[in-house]
Amino acid sequence: MLGYVIRRLLTAIPTLFLIVTISFFLIRIAPGGPFNQERGLNPMVKANLERLYRLDEPLWQQYLHYLGDLLQGNLGPSYNLPDFTVADLFRVGLPVSMELGSMALIFALVAGGALGIVAALYQNRAGDYAVVALATAGSTVPNFVVAPLYQLVFALTLNLVPVAGWGSGSFANMIGPVLTLALPQLAVVARLMRGSMIEALRSHHVRTARALGLSDATVVLKHALRGAVLPIVSYAGPAAANLLTGSIIVESIFAIPGIGRYFIEAALNRDYTLVMGTVVVIAVFIIVFNLLVDLLYAALDPRVRYD
Amino acid sequence: MTEAALHPPARPRSLWSDAWSRLKANRAAYWSGMFLLGMIIACLIGPFFTGHAFNTIYQDYVRVPPSLSPYPKPDMIGSALADAMRRARVTMEQWQEDKGAVIVAVTAAQPIDERITRYLDRSSTFEIMMRIVDVLYSLPFVFFVIMLVVFFGRHFLLMFLGIAAVLWLDMARIVRGQTLSIKRQEYVQAAEALGVDSTGILLRHVIPNLLGPVVIYATLLVPQVIILESFLSYFGLGVQEPMSSWGVLIAQGKNNIPAANWLLIFPSLFLTSTLFALNFIGDGLRDALDPRDR
Repeated sequence: MLGYVIRRLLTAIPTLFLIVTISFFLIRIAPGGPFNQERGLNPMVKANLERLYRLDEPLWQQYLHYLGDLLQGNLGPSYNLPDFTVADLFRVGLPVSMELGSMALIFALVAGGALGIVAALYQNRAGDYAVVALATAGSTVPNFVVAPLYQLVFALTLNLVPVAGWGSGSFANMIGPVLTLALPQLAVVARLMRGSMIEALRSHHVRTARALGLSDATVVLKHALRGAVLPIVSYAGPAAANLLTGSIIVESIFAIPGIGRYFIEAALNRDYTLVMGTVVVIAVFIIVFNLLVDLLYAALDPRVRYD
Repeated sequence: MTEAALHPPARPRSLWSDAWSRLKANRAAYWSGMFLLGMIIACLIGPFFTGHAFNTIYQDYVRVPPSLSPYPKPDMIGSALADAMRRARVTMEQWQEDKGAVIVAVTAAQPIDERITRYLDRSSTFEIMMRIVDVLYSLPFVFFVIMLVVFFGRHFLLMFLGIAAVLWLDMARIVRGQTLSIKRQEYVQAAEALGVDSTGILLRHVIPNLLGPVVIYATLLVPQVIILESFLSYFGLGVQEPMSSWGVLIAQGKNNIPAANWLLIFPSLFLTSTLFALNFIGDGLRDALDPRDR
């Protein structure tokens, strides 16, 4: 097991290296630069700035510098938010995004899983249809429609919650963003759980458990669920990486100080280091969560063995 | 007259005629299709009947809510519903482009996929391909799209090419999986045993059997592409003024919620109902074309 983990982490290094290289050159070939503003800087000021940030060096030298800095854990300064380093921005924003994302993830997994089980137990009856309808709606309506409509109904018309803002993570501020983030994931989880639960309920070991006279709750929660949860585990990995690194739309609509909003801003402003930092952070999350999922899978399914 | 002439043998039913009758029997898919047709017609010819250009602004009636009494205050229809309709025409035109993009994705996927299958036996090549896919999947998808938009400028034709350049990945995976399973079928082995060459097998057996999944996935891809376009437009990266799309309208509506919430509600309604209809059609097609999967 330990050997497997180490091997996986080692293969992550070339993947990460390739991602850094591709994105570094992609954003550098794009026309424009961080200091090409509309009004135009004084050429001498601009030259000084470019020298300060080593932007006047040949590209390959900048690339090597960036790799060197990255290996020491230095993500560099932000070009458009000059008082901050990229690491500073993440230190403030990442916890916010992660808090929001983990709430949404937990909500999606618990509520989606519960709804999926209910739908499977009441297959082709009213409860099932309600869950399927919710799942269809959740995966169809885009979040940039859900979020403003939520604000319109619950904040502006009914005055129940604040319209937007983080409010240092108060519950009323969290409801909207968490629901908006969770809804599409909840829909997928419910659908997956419904499908795999229906299959699990038909399996031999569940029939045996029933024949042994175990209670319904024990049969469903202990025997059927263990097999049925596997597809959700493999879905949860990428979903977690996605949710924890912040959503561009939800963070901008609800004015949340996470890292999701940096992405578009930084790409448009050619804030090279901030773009690279975001890419690296997201890629690391994806790689780590895929590894975690595989390990969890092995723990849950005795047929899967790594050596 | 002989018996045979009196009762001509029933025409064999093809997969497609079978699928068509199954699709027609699916009420959700059928009405979704009707709805989409109505939406397309309304958006294509509706604007000619309102008598106002979509970009005319009536200064006196900027904040007048929509109503159904059109005359003598024609500007009221100019305010929201008809406005959404007229502007939707642009979205419809883009929608055609979306389809174009999907088709590009499909056509791009297939030759590449055949290459993948051909090289599949050489496992080192396969290993490298999977590494590349790994890398592409770990690259944040949005980053890729944004970079493409930044590169190509904001011309929307190029934007669709950019979207297609990203979306072919999934299509390629699906086609690859299908091809692999078709390749192992008995009828392919029989054809091989009869001496049919690989081009013949590809044309007669593999591609016809691939069409079903490709059509299904393409239908389900259209709503995804529309969402992606709306997403980009929402952030001002997509369609530019004076052109408009539902994503642009939703973004503008969101900024005007307190003053004029209908600016948000109508485009949202149009976008969501279209997406629902497309999804139902996709599901219906899946049930119709893939009877095993029911």
